[in-house]
Amino acid sequence: MPEAARPGSPLLAVRDLNGWYGESHVLHGVSFDVAEGEVVTLLGRNGAGKTTTLLAVMGMLARRTGSVIFAGKELIGLPARAIARMGIAIVPEERGIFASLSVEENLMLPPVVRPGGFSREQIFELFPNLRERLASQGTKLSGGEQQMLAIARILRTGARLLLLDEPTEGLAPVIVQQIGRTIERLKGEGFTIVLVEQNFRFAASLADRHYVVDQGRVVDTIPNADLERNMGKLHAYLGV
Amino acid sequence: MFELLGIPPQALFGQLLLGLINGSFYALLSLGLAVIFGLLNIINFAHGALYMMGAFVAWMLLNYLGIGYWPALILAPLAVGIFGMVIERLMIARLYHLDHLYGLLLTFGLALIIQGLFRNEYGISGLPYQIPTQLAGGQNLGFMFLPNYRAWVVVASLLVCFGTWFMIEKTRLGALLRAATENPALVGAFGINVPRLITLTYGFGVALAAFAGVLAAPIYSVNPNMGADLIIVVFAVVVIGGMGSILGSIVTGFGLGLVEGLTRVFYPEGSAVVIFVIMAIVLLVKPAGLFGRAA
Ligand SMILES: Nc1ncnc2c1ncn2[C@@H]1O[C@H](COP(=O)(O)OP(=O)(O)OP(=O)(O)O)[C@@H](O)[C@H]1O
Ligand SMILES: [Mg+2]
Repeated sequence: MPEAARPGSPLLAVRDLNGWYGESHVLHGVSFDVAEGEVVTLLGRNGAGKTTTLLAVMGMLARRTGSVIFAGKELIGLPARAIARMGIAIVPEERGIFASLSVEENLMLPPVVRPGGFSREQIFELFPNLRERLASQGTKLSGGEQQMLAIARILRTGARLLLLDEPTEGLAPVIVQQIGRTIERLKGEGFTIVLVEQNFRFAASLADRHYVVDQGRVVDTIPNADLERNMGKLHAYLGV
Repeated sequence: MFELLGIPPQALFGQLLLGLINGSFYALLSLGLAVIFGLLNIINFAHGALYMMGAFVAWMLLNYLGIGYWPALILAPLAVGIFGMVIERLMIARLYHLDHLYGLLLTFGLALIIQGLFRNEYGISGLPYQIPTQLAGGQNLGFMFLPNYRAWVVVASLLVCFGTWFMIEKTRLGALLRAATENPALVGAFGINVPRLITLTYGFGVALAAFAGVLAAPIYSVNPNMGADLIIVVFAVVVIGGMGSILGSIVTGFGLGLVEGLTRVFYPEGSAVVIFVIMAIVLLVKPAGLFGRAA
């Protein structure tokens, strides 16, 4: 029996995480912490390993080593379905809306794993557009609506750690704002969130802390309060 | 009034009925293949052998245990379905990370082994299986004589096919299945046990084949080659309908049975090859099949 989380210990503790796609070694010792109720971002240039890090935490990467402790329990070696049942959920980079399912079926697909998830009414209050589109084919929704659906369906499950991979990618500014408000609301409700973002103005408005990922490692940690001061450094990391 | 091109109506309707009966088996078998292919991505070459096993299990239940047709209609698919799930767990599951071709070769080998074992034990002359007494006899419809059992085969096949369609397209279990077909990794990341879903799906597809086998037992004699003969045509049906399409395999199954029947009336010499001719044309014009989505 793994020891329970000590008070003050992070909800998620990633240590020396290595990950592979087949023979290709992509993560070379990622380490970071997320405390309960925090929003942290993973920033980094294209191909840095942000998506792969989320996949490795979720158990969706076939080969991974190191340590991922969630609520005091080691996740390395567990299949994704067991990790999901512990209360972690992902919004994948490609959104993962199922074309052969209606919006309704997409929304209801993930099983409830813990009590305390959003009700349907709460979800429609958060994303009113979805209510009108329930009978549509999932992939007939606009990009923004698909993103909302991808977030909405994991809010139902009662997961308390959300892994969001570039939820604003390719979306119009008003949609980005709506998703920003949603994440703020989720933070207010005590969700813990790991957010991968390219748009760091967006990231800065939400996060407590930023981890800079480069070549499969976390190379820097920047508290949100110090972001302005570190802009030069950050620009260099991100190559912008 | 029914004198079409000099064809007596008895012959026409008789052949159409025969076409519907054959279509019933084509539909049940190609539906099972489609369900399995959708989720497992393997072409189940053992399908014909498992259909034959369904018929044999019904025969064994009757002759060794005195269990009749109606219970066998449930028990034989159940038994063969469980057999299929064991095969999937022990063997097929080990091949998912390899090319589809390996699954095909494995199931082809399994088909040969299963057929060989039954041939050794029971010979090839065929064993009789009586039509259940409730369905003996038939109806005189005026323009033709309709044997009750044959009418039952068509009805039972339609019911099971559309029940399966409903389950896959309209229920939560079906939504899980469709989702896992598209993106098994993500469905797993939602907490669903996808390997178990795959095993159950294979078992279900196999049970459909065994159900068809029990339906066939009173019509054709029960013999070890009954599946091998039929499955070649069924693969053609699947190619024409489009691999993996549920509704497509049902419609194509019945439709091609009818086409075959009509050919037997109007051009008997062509009836044995008409399905393969259609297959060749479909492959040339629409390679993904009539109902298939282009890959
Ligand atoms: N399926 C895959 N197979 C092999 N290599 C991959 C695969 N997916 C990603 N990679 C490689 O792994 C490295 C990390 O990719 P990853 O997708 O984690 O980057 P990222 O930080 O999310 O980038 P982006 O900002 O473009 O989304 C890259 O070099 C990429 O080319
Ligand atoms: Mg990425």
